[in-house]
Amino acid sequence: MSRIDRRFAALKAAGRTGLIPFVTAGDPSPQHVVALMHALVDAGADLIELGVPFSDPMADGPVIQHASERAIAKGVGLNEVLGWVARFRQRDAETPIVLMGYLNPVEIHGYARFAQEAVQAGVDGVLLVDCPLEEAAVLQPLREAGLQQILLAAPTTAPVRMAQLCGSAEGFLYYVSFAGITGAAHLSTGDIAARVADIRAHAKAPVAVGFGIRDAASAKAIAGFADAVVIGSALVERLAGATDAEEMTMRVHAFLAPIRSALDAH
Amino acid sequence: MPTIDDFHAWPDVHGRFGNYGGSYVAETLMAPLAELSEAYLRLRDDPEFIAELDRDLKHYVGRPSPVYHAERLSQHVGGARILFKREDLNHTGAHKINNTVGQALVAKRMGKPRIIAETGAGQHGVASATVAARLGLKCVVYMGAVDIERQKINVYRMKLLGAEVVPVTSGSKTLKDALNEAMRDWVTHVADTFYIIGTVAGPHPYPLMVRDFNAIVGREARAQMLEQYGRLPDVLTACVGGGSNAIGLFHAFLNDADVRIVGAEAAGEGIATGHHAASLAAGRPGVLHGNRTYVLCDDNGQITETHSISAGLDYPGVGPEHAFLKDAGRAEYVGVTDDEAMEAFHLLARTEGILAALESSHAVAQAIKLAREYPKDGIVLCNLSGRGDKDVHTIAAREGVEV
Repeated sequence: MSRIDRRFAALKAAGRTGLIPFVTAGDPSPQHVVALMHALVDAGADLIELGVPFSDPMADGPVIQHASERAIAKGVGLNEVLGWVARFRQRDAETPIVLMGYLNPVEIHGYARFAQEAVQAGVDGVLLVDCPLEEAAVLQPLREAGLQQILLAAPTTAPVRMAQLCGSAEGFLYYVSFAGITGAAHLSTGDIAARVADIRAHAKAPVAVGFGIRDAASAKAIAGFADAVVIGSALVERLAGATDAEEMTMRVHAFLAPIRSALDAH
Repeated sequence: MPTIDDFHAWPDVHGRFGNYGGSYVAETLMAPLAELSEAYLRLRDDPEFIAELDRDLKHYVGRPSPVYHAERLSQHVGGARILFKREDLNHTGAHKINNTVGQALVAKRMGKPRIIAETGAGQHGVASATVAARLGLKCVVYMGAVDIERQKINVYRMKLLGAEVVPVTSGSKTLKDALNEAMRDWVTHVADTFYIIGTVAGPHPYPLMVRDFNAIVGREARAQMLEQYGRLPDVLTACVGGGSNAIGLFHAFLNDADVRIVGAEAAGEGIATGHHAASLAAGRPGVLHGNRTYVLCDDNGQITETHSISAGLDYPGVGPEHAFLKDAGRAEYVGVTDDEAMEAFHLLARTEGILAALESSHAVAQAIKLAREYPKDGIVLCNLSGRGDKDVHTIAAREGVEV
């Protein structure tokens, strides 16, 4: 059983909704990524999505675009990101880590080389936004190395295709709550609930919901029907400009604590 | 699986040209792309659609465009005959209208009331705004802030045509960032919006569809060659940014093994300086904007900023069919510098009375080089893809002249 599967099994056994924060690796500061990751766990994260910065993040809104630009300007690439994961693993062997990003950095790094180095660093899964199921053959070396490919499902996904995604999902299925970019805010929880209920009935894997969840209230609304919630842009925005580990830790706790309580109170 | 001997059989059903092409997009776009593929593949063989498109191309665009023998230029160069396919004479001044007329008809048939487009030099933006005005569709054009500055005339033309021009200030503030932003718009408004991509890049079916709509350039040219000269040219050339005018000219000739094909990329200040946009000549296979193709990127996979005097060639990727033709050895891709393009611009203006677009001036420079390689009875056919009115201010500024 993979680390991701174990974590979701434990959440289910405890009757809890998972909390998955996203941060762009290297933002606000490349020096404090590992400390930031530990702070996320201390504040209640069940799994960490670590964004690999890319110059052309087509599916992301301005908040994550700018975070990526800042990280790239400081020289952050896959080598640095994998190094931080390895250092995080020295103190935390349990919290699953999913690298989220776009295909080109992995393609240029080399699929086989990436697979080997990522597993060695302690990465559990990858969510490559621009690699849909149809193109996933290139990820074969990653699967062989034991990395789980997290798939996205969207409001626009047609029923036949949804069945395919449900059948192929591993780790968890990431349901994009609305047709748009990350960080936009127009959640319609009624529509999401119906769709997610349908997906949960068919998918072997648990379902996480992301895009547009930004505080305790929106997290709680989703918690009623999802296995986990993903919070990205709102957290990245909150962290922007923090310069030292203490400041980051404080902001992480201030931001995640009410969300964690809301999820647990559900 | 299509065979490599028949270049007209590509792409395959997944939109792949060999190892290139495909659909590398976020899940939200898979459904609208499938809807578009289904609609386009049906319309592609629909006689009524074809007839409507042909009528528009003839009466609105002004096709066929002539093949013109540039005698004074050829004489000046002293080599083979240089012929131009005069896409600069089309309505709106470039080949871009061939594609926007076609895609707008697809949009209309699909019942989409809103059109979005990205643009670099502004020619595709103008061509999109033009067809949107004609069909009464709302039009939003994304354009890099840097390009808005260097193509002011086209920005104003778009506004005159009723389009909204949205400046893009992320990344390098040029064409690639405008494409990102248009994709973001599309993903947010998939229900009522049709995205008219201006070049043969992007996810399937765009490289196929945009090529089909531009392939009329080569079909006409091939027939005109046989009619006027009784033979095919020795060599074809065209400028390559994303590569739509080039594939437009090349496609009809791909199976004519004796016709040599040379694409001219923007070498900017020289490929060795790193300030260029020559994805095929100096890049490597990667994934950008929905397709696998040659890209300019660093060892971290970050797309690098490009440079060219011409906004329309200032793009770090290239259409996947060109990547395929390069690897198959069917076409050669070479770099032409800013200086060479400028020199060709002036020479063409003074010998033939034609102001070529800066993009097309790269092709003219390459045609001049090729003409020197062939005997006097040889024929170089060059796609003069657009006219240079839009570039007058850029050229004046570069030469220190106040207009």
